[in-house]
Amino acid sequence: MAAVLDLLQQRLTGHVREASLVHGTLALIVAPGELLVVVQRLKTEFQFDIFLDVTAVDWLGQEPRFEVVYHFYSTRHFVRVRLKTRVAEADPTLDSLVSLYGSARYMERECHDMYGIVFRDNPDLRPILLYEGFVGHPLRKDYPKEQEQPLVPYRND
Amino acid sequence: MRSTTIPIRPADRPAPSSAFEYIATKKDELVGWARKFSLFPYPFVTACCAMEFMAVSATPYDTDRFGAALPRFSPRQSDLLMVVGTVTHKQAPILLKVYEQMCEPKWVMAFGVCATSGGFYQNYAALAGIDKIIPVDIYVPGCPPRPEMVIDGIMRLQEKIAASHHPILTKDF
Repeated sequence: MAAVLDLLQQRLTGHVREASLVHGTLALIVAPGELLVVVQRLKTEFQFDIFLDVTAVDWLGQEPRFEVVYHFYSTRHFVRVRLKTRVAEADPTLDSLVSLYGSARYMERECHDMYGIVFRDNPDLRPILLYEGFVGHPLRKDYPKEQEQPLVPYRND
Repeated sequence: MRSTTIPIRPADRPAPSSAFEYIATKKDELVGWARKFSLFPYPFVTACCAMEFMAVSATPYDTDRFGAALPRFSPRQSDLLMVVGTVTHKQAPILLKVYEQMCEPKWVMAFGVCATSGGFYQNYAALAGIDKIIPVDIYVPGCPPRPEMVIDGIMRLQEKIAASHHPILTKDF
């Protein structure tokens, strides 16, 4: 395990609920309110300079329902770190990372499309992969598998 | 005419009095013959079937034999719309616009199983067959289809064109 990950675990103990090493990637579970602080420190103190991805997992039936997953990479230390946080269905809101990483603007839009996670302070959450007028969030487990929302009326003959 | 001559004209048709009049009875066949060897495909290529489309277009399969070798990248200059690959609901208005911009006469080929029926995509994103929005003349199934199947599809489309009535031919033409 890379030395930076050891150091990271020591210094962030106050912010992190749980830490584990999964296939060589450090996975940290944080509270939604702590997210921005933790990411800020990852970027400035530990040189995690690439924001790789944000996506969500829909644990239908559990509460809180959505697990939002972030990945970061450090081009200084050549390691990845994974952040997980949970938000409830009633208020699926998280802080946006746009102020730290410009690329978050688009990845958060996709996550908003597919799972309906709302990223506070993201200035533009218009559909990016879906189209205007699409109702619902198709990667949620309760979206009907074959429900179509066609833009062109179907032919009758 | 000697009695030993084999008549090539069907017995139930009146004998044409001249060669011109004979051709006049065959106008549909004549126009169909001309049109079937003059297909200008518009490749509406959206997905992995494109690789197979390139294989068909390449020299070994020589689609120029069927007069269908030269893709036109303007729908206004083409008469065969080849829909190659998956069409999503987001893409569907573009496909419809391309189809509507093509001049008559026009034909549509659904190339591959996704364009034919949506294939294994049964979800929020994919259109389950382009025939839900535009009429299709020939379906070429396969994921992707072999070049031989595409050529078979072109030949069957040619048969269809040759056998059909052409609205350009009126009573006075």
